[in-house]
Formats: sequence, C-alpha cells, structure tokens
Amino acid sequence: MRLQRLVATAAVTALALTGCGGEKIGDTGSTGSSAAAANCGTFNLAINPWVGYEATAAVIAYVAEKDLGCTVTKKDLKEEIAWQGFGTGEVDAVVENWGHDDLKKKYIDEQKTAVAAGSTGNKGIIGWYVAPWMAEKYPDITDWNNLNKYASMFKTSESGDKGQLLDGDPSFVTNDEALVKNLKLDYKVVYAGSETALITAFRQSEAKKTPVIGYFYEPQWFLAELKLAKVNLPAYTAGCDADAAKIACDYPEYDLDKIVSKKFADANGPAYKLVKAFNWTNDDQNVVAKYIAEDKMSAADAAKKWVEANPDKVKAWLAQ
Amino acid sequence: MTTTTAAAVPRPGIRLSKPVKVAAILVAWVLIWIPTHGTHTLSLSPADLTPLHEWLNEVNDTVGANRNSSPIFLYFFNEIRAGIDALVTFVQALISQPSFGRPVPVLGWLGVVAVVAYISWFFGNWRVALLAAGGFVFFGLQGLWQESMDTLALTLSAVAISLLIGIPLGIWAGLSDRFNALVTPVLDFMQTMPTFVYLAPLTLLFLIGPASATIATLIYAMPPAIRITAHAIRSVPRAAVEATDSLGATGRQTLTGVLLPLSKRTIVLGVNQTIMAALSMVTIAALIDAPGLGKTVIKALQTLDVGTAFNAGLAIVVMAIVLDRVTTAASNRVRQVGTTHRFRRPVAAGLGVLTAICCYMSYTYVWAAEFPDQAGVGRAISRGADEVTLWAQTELSTATEAIKNLVTFALLNPLQSLLVESPWWLVGAVVVLLAALIGTVRTAVTTAACVALLIGTGLWQDSMTTLAMTIVATLLVMVLGVVVGVWMGRNRFADRIIRPALDAGQTMPAFVYLVPFLALFSATRFTAIVAAVVFAAPVAIKIVADGVRGISATTVEAATAAGSNTWQLITKVQLPMARSSLTLAANQGLIYVLSMVVVGGLVGAGALGYDVVAGFSQGQLYGKGLAAGAAIVLLGIMLDRIARASSPSNSPKGHR
Amino acid sequence: MTGEAVISVKDLWKVFGHKAELVPRSAELSALSRRELIDRTGCTAAVRDVSFDVAPGEVFVVMGLSGSGKSTLVRCLTRLIEPTAGSIIFEGEDILAADKKRLRDLRRRKFSMVFQHFGLLPFRQVLDNVAYGLEIRGAGKAERIRRAKEVIDLVGLDGYEHSYPEQLSGGMQQRVGLARALAGDPDVLFFDEPFSALDPLIRRDMQNEVIRLHREVGKTMVFITHDLSEALKLGDRILIMRDGAMVQCGTGDELVGAPADDYVRDFVQDVPRANVLTLRWIMRLPRPEDVLDGPELGPDVVVRDAVRLVLAAGKPVKVIENGELLGVVTDEEILAAVTGVEVPA
Repeated sequence: MRLQRLVATAAVTALALTGCGGEKIGDTGSTGSSAAAANCGTFNLAINPWVGYEATAAVIAYVAEKDLGCTVTKKDLKEEIAWQGFGTGEVDAVVENWGHDDLKKKYIDEQKTAVAAGSTGNKGIIGWYVAPWMAEKYPDITDWNNLNKYASMFKTSESGDKGQLLDGDPSFVTNDEALVKNLKLDYKVVYAGSETALITAFRQSEAKKTPVIGYFYEPQWFLAELKLAKVNLPAYTAGCDADAAKIACDYPEYDLDKIVSKKFADANGPAYKLVKAFNWTNDDQNVVAKYIAEDKMSAADAAKKWVEANPDKVKAWLAQ
Repeated sequence: MTTTTAAAVPRPGIRLSKPVKVAAILVAWVLIWIPTHGTHTLSLSPADLTPLHEWLNEVNDTVGANRNSSPIFLYFFNEIRAGIDALVTFVQALISQPSFGRPVPVLGWLGVVAVVAYISWFFGNWRVALLAAGGFVFFGLQGLWQESMDTLALTLSAVAISLLIGIPLGIWAGLSDRFNALVTPVLDFMQTMPTFVYLAPLTLLFLIGPASATIATLIYAMPPAIRITAHAIRSVPRAAVEATDSLGATGRQTLTGVLLPLSKRTIVLGVNQTIMAALSMVTIAALIDAPGLGKTVIKALQTLDVGTAFNAGLAIVVMAIVLDRVTTAASNRVRQVGTTHRFRRPVAAGLGVLTAICCYMSYTYVWAAEFPDQAGVGRAISRGADEVTLWAQTELSTATEAIKNLVTFALLNPLQSLLVESPWWLVGAVVVLLAALIGTVRTAVTTAACVALLIGTGLWQDSMTTLAMTIVATLLVMVLGVVVGVWMGRNRFADRIIRPALDAGQTMPAFVYLVPFLALFSATRFTAIVAAVVFAAPVAIKIVADGVRGISATTVEAATAAGSNTWQLITKVQLPMARSSLTLAANQGLIYVLSMVVVGGLVGAGALGYDVVAGFSQGQLYGKGLAAGAAIVLLGIMLDRIARASSPSNSPKGHR
Repeated sequence: MTGEAVISVKDLWKVFGHKAELVPRSAELSALSRRELIDRTGCTAAVRDVSFDVAPGEVFVVMGLSGSGKSTLVRCLTRLIEPTAGSIIFEGEDILAADKKRLRDLRRRKFSMVFQHFGLLPFRQVLDNVAYGLEIRGAGKAERIRRAKEVIDLVGLDGYEHSYPEQLSGGMQQRVGLARALAGDPDVLFFDEPFSALDPLIRRDMQNEVIRLHREVGKTMVFITHDLSEALKLGDRILIMRDGAMVQCGTGDELVGAPADDYVRDFVQDVPRANVLTLRWIMRLPRPEDVLDGPELGPDVVVRDAVRLVLAAGKPVKVIENGELLGVVTDEEILAAVTGVEVPA
C-alpha cells in the first residue's frame, strides 16, 4: 500500500503544480493573421531540391507572406512531381525551371494545366568543369582540344583505359555521351548519380589535388566555395543540338523561368502577380544560397536578410 | 535430366561431383567467353529507350491526363486518399502539428513522453519505459522534437493501416496454402520493387500529401506483417489445434481460442518488423513532401551538411531502437503467463492518473507543450559528426582508395566483364544450367523465365552490371557475416558491444553516410557496394550469431571433450551445424543488398540503380525506370529461388 | 463379438498422396506392400484394410511400432483425418456420412481424445483448459466450472485449478488432458499414446489411474500404444498393426499363447508368460499314470496365481470348467511357463 500512497502523493504534487504552471497557451494572443491585405489566400509553392531554387523560393515566400499576407505552403518535390501537381491543383508555382522542354510540352501544350510566367533573370550555364588547381597547373585544359592530351590523367577504377568524365545528377538531360563520341574524346562517361556525388568529387579533387573533370552548372552555391573552371567546348550555335545523336557543341545558356498552374494564373491574385514580376540576377541568388548553404541560416532568415538589404528590387516587383 | 536424378539420390560419390560440375560449367563459360565476348551483349545507352519503355511512358501520361475526369479516381482513389489523409492529419493534430485553432498540437512534449513511457511500461517493463522516455526527451534535446513527432505520426499511421490489412491477410495465408502461394510472389514484389519507381505514380493516384507518403511506406512495411502472421499461425503446435478439433470446435472457435492466442507473441514480432520497415522509408517519403526527420536529412544533403544529416539520422536510429525494444519487451511479456504482480493494478491506475495530468499540463501550458529551445545538443552532435567526417576524409582516403582499387580490379572488374561482355545466350544458359544443377527442374524453369523477362525489359546489360556488383557485395556481406557472426555467437560480451552498432547500421538512413563514403571511395561502383554492405551485413551477422548460439551445448561439449581446438570447433562443428543459418543469412543479405541498388545509383554505381533514379527524375525516362525496377525484382526472384533450392532445409515435407 | 458393438470398423483405408482414392478400389494396387505402393504411385498407405468391433465398456488397445499406422487409425475414427475408404459405424450411425455440423456435435458430446503431447493451451489455467470443451459446446459458465471441478477432483488434481500447464509436471499435464476429455462426459474415450512421453514410474501411475477411472466411470476406451506391456495391462482386447495392416486381434493371452505369425511371436517373446497365460494355455491332457485326486482350478486362472498351489500339491492339478475335466497342470508345465520356455500347445 506504500506504493499507492506514493502514487497519490505524486498526483497531488502534480495537481498543485498545475496551479502555478506558468504561461498558458493562447495567453500571448493569436499571431496567425497579420495586418496586411488578406485577399491573397493560400499559395502552394513547390520547392525543387537544390539550394539555388530554395533561395529564389524563400525570397518569394517571404515577400508573399510579409507584404501580401499570403499563407505560403511550401512543398518539397522533385520537378516531375511538382509539374504533375499543377494538374491536381496542389502546386501553384515552380519558380526556377531549367529548360525541361519535355515537361513544357506535356503540361503546357498537351494537358494545358500549366503556363509560363516569365524569366527569373537567372542564367543557367551547363558544362564541363575542373577544380581551380587544375586550371592553374594545366592552363590549356580549359580548351576541349587539349582534353585528349590529359585523358590518361583522369583514368579511374571505373573508366578502364580511358579518362573519366563524371556525369551528374540524373535530373538533367546530358549530351555528354554524344559529345565524347562526336568530339572523338578518349573519355568514358561515368554516372555519379547525384549532385552530392559531384560536389564531393570536386571537393576531394581540390583537397587532394587529384584530377577530376565533370559535369556541373551555375548558379550553384558550391561555386562560392570553390570556383570551378569551365572547359570550353565548341561554341553553341542555334540548332547545333537539334539532332541528339550528332551533338558536337556546348550546352546552350538556359534562361531559367517560372511556371505556374493555369488556375493560379487565371485567378490573377496578388501571389501570381508577384511570381510573374519576380526577377533578379545570378549574384542575387548566389548571395541567398550562400546564406543557406555556407552560413547555415534557415531559408526564411536568409530571405529576410536579403530583402532587407534590397528594398528597391522588392518594391519594383510589388509595384507591377 | 541427369542432374536431377543425381540430386534425388543421395549417394556420397555423387554429392562430391556436384561442385565439380559447377566448376566445369564455370570453366566452360570462360572458355566460350574468350572467342565470343563483346557480341550479343544487348547494350542500351542511358538515354536510349526501347518500345516497351515508350509504351510505359504513354500509359503513365494517359493516367495523368485522365486524373480529373475518370470515375475510378473520383470515387475510388479519392476516397482512399481522403480516408488516409484524415487518419494521418488526426494523428498529426495529436502530437505534431498545430491543430484545432491552437498554435501547438493537442499533446505537447511532456504529454507525449508521459504517454510513451506509460505505454512502454504497461506492455513492456520499467526498463524499456525509461529507455523510451529518455529517447523521446533526446529528440527534444537534439532540437528535432517537431520533426520527430511528424515522423512518428506518419510511421504510426502507416503501421496501423499495415496491421489492419496485413494481420487478417496473414491469418488467411496461414490457414490456406493456396492463398499463401498466391500472395508470396506479390509480397516479394512489394519488398524488392524500388520505391523510387512507384513514388511518382503514387502522387498521381493519391496526390501530394500524407496519403501518398503513407501508402508508399505501407507498401514496403506491410509484407513483414503478412509473412510473419502467416508464419505464426502455421507454427502453432499441431497438438493444440488437433485437441481443439477433437473437442468439436468450429473454425472460428479454433481461430480465436487457439491459433490467435498461441501466435500472439510471434505476431507482435511482426509488428516490430513492420515498424522497422516503415522507419526505413522515412527519407524516401520525404521526396514527396512527407514531413519529418527525412526532410531534414534530404535538405542537409543538398548542402552536403553531414552533421545536420547525421543528427537527424541519429534521431531515426534512436526512434527505431526505442520502438524495437518496446515491442520486443511487449512480445516477451505476452509469453509470461500468470505472473501478474499484486500491486500492478493500483500502480497502473496511479501512473495512468499521472500520465493524464502530464497530458493536461502539456495541453495547457507553453513550457510543457513546446520543447524548450535546446538545440545545443543537436549542434554539438552535428559538429562532432562533421569533425569525424573531415578527419576520416583527409586521413583515411589514401588507404580506402587502395582497398577500393584492390576489390575493383581483383574481383569486380573480372566478374563484370564476364557477365557483361558475354553474349546474352551464354549467360542465360549458364544460369539456367546452374539452377538445374543446384535445384530442381522447377528452379531451372523459374530461372529461365526470369532470364527471358530480363531480356524483355530491354536492360539486359545494365542488369548484368548490377548483378556483378550484387554478387560482390553479397560475398563481402557473407565474409563479414561469418567472421563477426561467429565471434558474436561465441562471445556474449562482443555481442552486447556490437549489436547496437548493427542496429544503427540497419536504421541509419543511407543518405546520411553517402557524403563521407563518396569522399573516401569517390563516385564508384565500390562506394555503392560499401553502402550496400553497411546496410546488409548487420542482418547477416545477426542471423549467423543466432545460428551459432543456437547449436546445442551438448554438441559443443562433445566436440571439446574429443579434444578439438578452437579453430576445429568453429570449422568442424559450429559452422557446419549453423549451415541453415548461413543459407538464410546469404538469402537475407542478398535481398538487403538488392534493396540498396537504387542508393548505389546515387553514388556512381550506374546501371539499374541509375536507371531507376533517372526515371524518377525525368519524365521521358519514366518507363525505363519502371523497367529497371522490374529488372531488380527479377534479379531478386532469380537469385532467391536458386539460393533457396541450395538450402538444406528445403526437402519436401512428408505426411504425418 | 460381445453384444452390440459401440464402434464397428469395416475395411478401413487411409492412403496419403495424389489420387489416393484409387488405391483401395484397385485390386492390384491394394495388394501391393507399402514400399511397392510408394515406388509405383508415390502414395503412402497408412491404414490398410482394417476391420474390428469395439464392445461397450471395453478397453480396446491398438498396438504397433512407430509408423505402423495406429495413430492415423485412431484419428480416422473421429475423422480428424479423413479416411480414404471403408466404413465406421458408431452406435448404429455411419460416421463417414455425417456432415460437418453433425460431426462437430459427435465430437462435442460422444467422443473425446487424449493426446501424446497433451495439446493443452498454455495461456489458460488448468480449470479453463478442462472446461474448454464445455465452453466450445456453449455451456454456461457456472455449469462449466462446476463440472470442471468435478473431473479435476476425479483425476486427482484438486488444488491445481489455477495453475498454468507449464507449471505442472508431464504426468500432471496429462491428467489435465484426461480431465478435459472426461469433462464432456463422452461415450468413448480415445487415447493416442498418452503416456509415451512420460517417465516410467509416472507412466505406471497413469496406467493405474486409467484402470481406476475405467472401473469408476466405465467408459468405452480405444487406446493406442507402442508398449506391449501397457497393452497387456490395460487392454481387454488388443489389435496388433504392422505397416498399416492388421496382424492379429485378440485378448492378451491369445496373443501370447497363439501368436498369428513370427512378427507377433517376436513381439511377445519377452513377455513374462506366467503373468499373461491362463491355465487353459499350458494344461495338457491327462495321462493314464496321472493321479486325479488333486486340487481343482478353473481354466481362466492366470499361471502366476496358480504357481504356489500347483507346486504345493505335489500331484497334477485338475483344470475343470462347468464340471468337465479339460486337462491337468503339473510342476513341469508351471515351471516351463514361469521360465519362459515355450511349450508346444
């Protein structure tokens, strides 16, 4: 029976505690609705899985919430699934799109569930890169004509007796196999399989001075950590990539754009207007991406910091 | 035909010749390979598609286009989605998400910890209750309270639905041989088909949200519930069932009076396995916006933030260990009968009141609702993980590079060229012959069907590349399994030290250790193999350890009395007697290795794993990814059937 | 046989395997030995063409070595295993024709069975295990408990009502099994090697227990065993099986005194003959030189009980039935029986 008494004592103590328990939930008043114009409603913003995208999305979300009073729901999704969401009404906007002509064809032209909403102002550059130490030590390596000279240096356990060209994230279409073949390069394309794998490879290359050449792109937060040198392939000319099997030129410069769902565009609400007007530079994005990736700030804090430093740009978006 | 008769007549002379025959086939393979290699290899470059892949794309597009008009969607999938959404949202409202117009969930951290501890005590014992409370407080200290609760909510919902469907199906499969035969390949399929393949279609059918994440999880988590329940029903002692029959019991009386009570303990183990499987899906579900720890891991990976990913991964490991120990304790408790403590009832009531008070406080007061901001611990863990990773990357990578090159050049490359460069008909013939030799005609037929279907997927060459890696990884798993398993089986102390590490290896999401592995081994096939070994070896080790420990003490005693030294004891007694455990370990190791093929694709393995990942990422490769997933399943079925045929416990059952 | 049989088995077959039902029908196949049948068809004949009757109140023992088909036979009787061919008549009713419901009813009220491995439910107390059969037939709780307590007393387990099976010794567990079988007050009790798993001393106790219960409740019993001494001790009549077929059926002294073949002879060779045989089996016809004024005994007196008298008499003892002189027994016959030397009958 001692146990029973013990339990009873504990219960009484606990009850006494509740008498002086401290701040109650709801005491501070509801913080949910701020004073701004509240006709924005819910804004479903897809977050594609790379930091540059997250930077763009964070700034748009921050402005939408703070200045327009929207309720922003961020959804972490890969591109394909995000576009799929336009049709089911679960995604309103994708705010950094890299080409994806196949998706445009399917969702904009065929299913008519999405529409383009203009450029983000960012320029996407895809190509082959080497770590800075290599560009320094072998200055002529950035010209593709000299790549065969260095091929044996890039040999790995994966590439047999050829040089290894590390290919990247499966999300992007690459022409690398065709390029290697058509430029008669003594290289083998090895699929690293993820952005993580690429970044780690370049990092190790720089740290241990081991030769690595691989597919990469900008804007990308990692370039702030390590300024990779781009290898110049034969210059891109309009139409040189028309036949996928015969490509022998560099990747085009991508105009990164915004895609929104048809419904979202037709409603023409404040959030849509913001998305449409949004425009900034690669440097802008790199700053925010650096806050997130290097300084480990939360996306919202990073956006806040940039918005407070760039009131003019934000004002310009809202003015339209 | 000669091979099958040889297998049927157990004469010592013929037994000996089996390995010789296998060797002869392998030698013949190499000899034929020399003049024919490089021909008929059925290669397909990563960007190319076959008509089958294109057709699959079209099917996918058609489904997508009809999403909003078809009655199947409007009245079937939408209803399921709504039901599951409601369940998950309700659980989230209880423990993880702001709900009912409040800025916090119904139960704050204090309430959740109290409830978890109470449940653990009630169904388990004091020790697991303390462990559970400690584990949950640790989530808060890590700064991951809300993420952990989101993960818990999703896991519990998926497990609840898995059990709701899985246990009745398992009972049915336990009672009916016919249904069991029907459901087994389906379960094989559910467990080996890579999740990446059905993630995108799921969001098409059930939209983005909790329902899709839950269904993705339960597709993987339900099979253990069904299998183990069926096994439990089947292993109820015949005597008890017969006695009940002889008393004139109806089928229902037998089920509720004998079968269910006697299989309860094993079914609880099924619950345990279901929970573990559900937790292993946490990171993958995050790819379709499932909230929780998985998201933290994936986000951290984008910036290669190993520390943060490790912190979140550690929370998953802790949750897995807590849930594992609690359910194991619950299942042990089921076994103890008639030992109810005199004070149990009043204590249960008292603690119940205490728990209710904690719940009330966490409902009412801010301090008990929101975990005090204590991210310090989490930050320290992250920093520690970062430092260890950095140290390993700089100090070890020369050594690891050497190991990588050794395995790649000595083992992987020769095997891969043999498999990949052989004409398809040569590999097919060799595999079917081996199946016939090791197993029966039936094994050979199944194998031949798998080979034909593999060719049909259009991904023959990629399949062979993946097969080479799978074989090497399984070999390494078995080496580790035997060495560490025997050690653990013979030494209780070693067992106690190593086991938690094995638990961690099994439950730590692969995404967490990809970055350091990439740094140590570069983006190579070997990295993929190492990742697979980390995941698969724990299972093999545990099975071997249990097998070695399960050998009767008398046998060991007799061998020792005969003057065996330790080495003789291990090689002549313990390993041969644990042979069925070794086969099981190889079988399970293989399945686990195959389930890591996709992760391998993310770190340089290429082949099927890359095809699946690319199919998930790029719309126009969807069909190819699906075909690659099917190829993985086919490889799994093929290897599993051959392995099973070679297992000694596979003799047909007699009547009695 | 004596009176109306409780159970009457005719031409019973149980064949396991594919298309098993063809075997008993085919004269050719049914004539094959077990081994030949397996080689020819892959089927195993566990019970081959067995016929016998069990009289009311009788203890009928089926005996054979392991694999002889005796356990399959007893399961066929209550259709725990479905027989392949033949007929089983219980109290005038064809068991094989009974539908599921009727069969359940018979099992609930008319038969019960005691198993080698007890088949107790580990999660139930003794009381609930014993009452389980009553619970299945839907008896009320109070009645169940009353009746269960009654049989628990009967088998000598009072005081253990609230123990769990695993807390009891093997012998006590089998008493629970026995009590469970008795609780439903069945007409026939089937025992499937109930004491094989027990220690010799406990086994002897349990055998005595069965003899006592048989005396007290007078149930018909069908008892399966592989132990000849157990069979002789308990059985009114004994059926010997080998490879699924009947070899001989008769009383204990018939088996010992007149084995049907070498198989049975081998079996009974080590039995202490004096304990089993009656004077009928060892007496001889009177010879002219015999002095016929010695003591008289009946023909069914067991040799063991006659030893002292015959040896003390110093002259031939007359075996008399209904006033008629059947034969005589002298020191010579008695000593031959006691020392186990077989005398040609």
